[in-house]
Amino acid sequence: MRPAVRLSILIAVLSLGFLFVLPLWSIRLEAPQYPEGVSMEIWLTKLSGQLDLINALNHYIGMRPIHQENFPELNLMPWLILGLIGLGLLVVLFNRRWLLGIWVIVFGLLIAIGLVDFYRWGYEYGHNLDPRAPIKVPGMAYQPPLIGSKRLLNFVAHSYPAAGGLIAFGSFVIGTVMLTAECLHARRQKRRCMDIGWKSRVPVTVP
Amino acid sequence: MTAQILSRVLVWSLPVGALVIVGLISGCPSPKQTVATGDAASRVYVPPGQYDEFYAFLSGGFSGQVTVHGLPSGRLLKVIPVFSVHPENGYGYTPETQPLLMTSHGFIPWDDSHHPELSQTDGVPDGRWLFINSNNTPRVARIDLRTFETVEIIEIPNSGGNHASPFVTQNTEYVVAATRFSVPIPQKDVPIATYKENFNGTLSFIKVDPKSGRMELAFQILVPGYNYDLAHAGKGPSHGWAFFTAYNTEQAHTLLEVNASQRDKDFIAAVNWKKAEEYLAQGKYHEMPAEYYHNVYDEQKHMATSRVLTKVKVLIPSECPGMIYYLPTPKSPHGVDVDPSGEYIVAGGKLATVIPVHSFSKMLKAIENQEFDTTIDGIPVLKYEAVLAGEVKTPGLGPLHTEFDGKGYAYTSHFVSSEVVKWKLGTWEVVDRIPTYYSIGHLMIPGGDSRKPWGKYLLAMNKITKDRYLPTGPELVQSAQLIDISGEKMRLLLDFPTLGEPHYAQGLPAELITKNNLKVYPLQENAHPFAVKSVEQARVERKGNEVHVYMTAVRSHFRPDNIEGIQVGDKVFFHVTNLEQDWDIPHGFAILGSNTAEILVMPGQTKTLVWEPKKPGVYPFYCTDFCSALHQEMQGYVRVSPRGANVPLTYGTGQE
Repeated sequence: MRPAVRLSILIAVLSLGFLFVLPLWSIRLEAPQYPEGVSMEIWLTKLSGQLDLINALNHYIGMRPIHQENFPELNLMPWLILGLIGLGLLVVLFNRRWLLGIWVIVFGLLIAIGLVDFYRWGYEYGHNLDPRAPIKVPGMAYQPPLIGSKRLLNFVAHSYPAAGGLIAFGSFVIGTVMLTAECLHARRQKRRCMDIGWKSRVPVTVP
Repeated sequence: MTAQILSRVLVWSLPVGALVIVGLISGCPSPKQTVATGDAASRVYVPPGQYDEFYAFLSGGFSGQVTVHGLPSGRLLKVIPVFSVHPENGYGYTPETQPLLMTSHGFIPWDDSHHPELSQTDGVPDGRWLFINSNNTPRVARIDLRTFETVEIIEIPNSGGNHASPFVTQNTEYVVAATRFSVPIPQKDVPIATYKENFNGTLSFIKVDPKSGRMELAFQILVPGYNYDLAHAGKGPSHGWAFFTAYNTEQAHTLLEVNASQRDKDFIAAVNWKKAEEYLAQGKYHEMPAEYYHNVYDEQKHMATSRVLTKVKVLIPSECPGMIYYLPTPKSPHGVDVDPSGEYIVAGGKLATVIPVHSFSKMLKAIENQEFDTTIDGIPVLKYEAVLAGEVKTPGLGPLHTEFDGKGYAYTSHFVSSEVVKWKLGTWEVVDRIPTYYSIGHLMIPGGDSRKPWGKYLLAMNKITKDRYLPTGPELVQSAQLIDISGEKMRLLLDFPTLGEPHYAQGLPAELITKNNLKVYPLQENAHPFAVKSVEQARVERKGNEVHVYMTAVRSHFRPDNIEGIQVGDKVFFHVTNLEQDWDIPHGFAILGSNTAEILVMPGQTKTLVWEPKKPGVYPFYCTDFCSALHQEMQGYVRVSPRGANVPLTYGTGQE
């Protein structure tokens, strides 16, 4: 890989370190009585924000209280990201295109699984309501949007990636763009993009 | 022909004459501008959703409380209960707040609150605390401006009518208090006619802890038995001094309206409190026995406690030369106000025809040159001419109190001629006057008694209202009037009604307070001994015939909400903790037949309602503050059985 590519990948990999100090996702609720908004943030290892207040409000519609302990993902995610960083460092160290390919694919899979998991939780919390809830609106579910804004009774829920999420996404985009650039470069040099390449390093000896 | 002319003249004389009379009456320029004109409406209009520029704290007078208004709108923002019980939120009824109203005379449910005073740093209001005095049973209270709650009340011994109070020194080193009614010190059973021999006044200095605000009566100065009326501390060059007005230097003890108005000059007492501190350090004080209460509210325990103090340090002027002087001042002075530079000391001689202004630097010189008229009980009386800076001639009738705009002008309220008179410091000339409706007592300019007035508005607090609002029978509210002082001419902007009878007010820019405003009490910091921090901890415990209900309130239920096993003769303590941590979600609590007030519990707070059921039956209780969509469902029952019944103590929530 060209040095500029290698450097970009290094930056992309190291920037994932920010995921340990910045929230990944933010859900913000606004209502007439809450002009200042009520918000919660999802981090790699924890949930933060006005959870008690959100739970107090959610009890009217029979939503299960949201507690950090209920999410085993929060124990798993930091290890997955550490793994991703480790793999990324290997890409930079061994400077192999195919290794970069693997990193991008693994990263993409993690993002996809994460979003599916997030959607699943949202669905679960939004639909699986206590039948004895004080407020029951026929046909109403309270699933927050995966991404975007949605009206839920008197609240408007905004669900968007937070700083950490944006950095992760940016890192993934850099990886993808660099991989594509490298493949195009390889094609121009009439080489295979995903050539495992160990053999090519053996000097060709002319008898 | 002549007859015809005459008859025509006669025919027209009546209507023409009437027109002339009407013309004379209506054509006469009205002496007073009784209504606001021009753009006054837009000047005081604060659009919905926007904040006022200033906070104003008005004393509630005979209501015993403090009211918080926004200026320029005049909107009432809060009533802070201080010296009177407040059934609306349980103040003075709950065991947590009852100690605040304890005195050496027992529990006192009412007083007359007079002069609010903001704490100052470097002579400028700092927005930390508000002090206020009670006049009837002498006390000084401190309000925490993070929470707008009364957090401390200290009783002043050796005092009768704590009127000249609670003015602060430049860095709130001290809050002062002086007795309006002189009394026997120490109190004893003597004929009232022995006033001159047996009655004395005291000037008290209450030390304020710069960090916590905690008050402590540092010392009292024993002074002749006059009436001490108002006070203000020096600032800048006069920092270290405090000034008190004294009237009834005639020492009358009956029909004071005549007998205390005889002398041409009464006094301003000038106290060098730094000198007093030196004498105190040298041990030149007398330790006098005195019983007085000091009540402190702990904002973490949400509970007040009282302690009784039994001694006070008293300094006697004849033993402490240089500590106190009298400045002769015309005719029963009321206000004593120090201008922002700290040089001029303005007196409001209620019955005087001039406003005398004393000079601090001339006073120091007169002391140095010993220009004394006489000495009273060890207090030198300085020569009037030696201390006088100037007199404002014929300003109006009944000058009471002066504040300053920081631009070189002073504004004096005049009760008798019902007006505010603006005059220039230094030249003493009157430059403008504006009528008030009616009979103004005190006035307030935000920061107007400090080193840095925000001289944009002046608030007149009037004693008589009459026809200013829709009539409400014989008893009317008192009225405040907002006057624009940003220009050369004063302009009336707004009338608004006030609570009780404000005797003074304080104001300051809103951001000095809003930046520290507390929204909820952190539940985790709640150290109330009967607090419960989650619904799982809610319970009921019996100790003999005392039953303690550890109750939680959260939208929208109480836990427990059904209690059985209470008996007639029990004393039931409902310790209600509001588990909310959301701004402006209080819960209330009241139970049928309760002989006390309701309680309003703020988020994160614990309050107790004590109930002694007298008859068997089932008693509903409910939340009294509309908290949520299911507020009407926030209720419960207590079953009361006859004494000795075998109904077991049970409780629960959500159990069918």
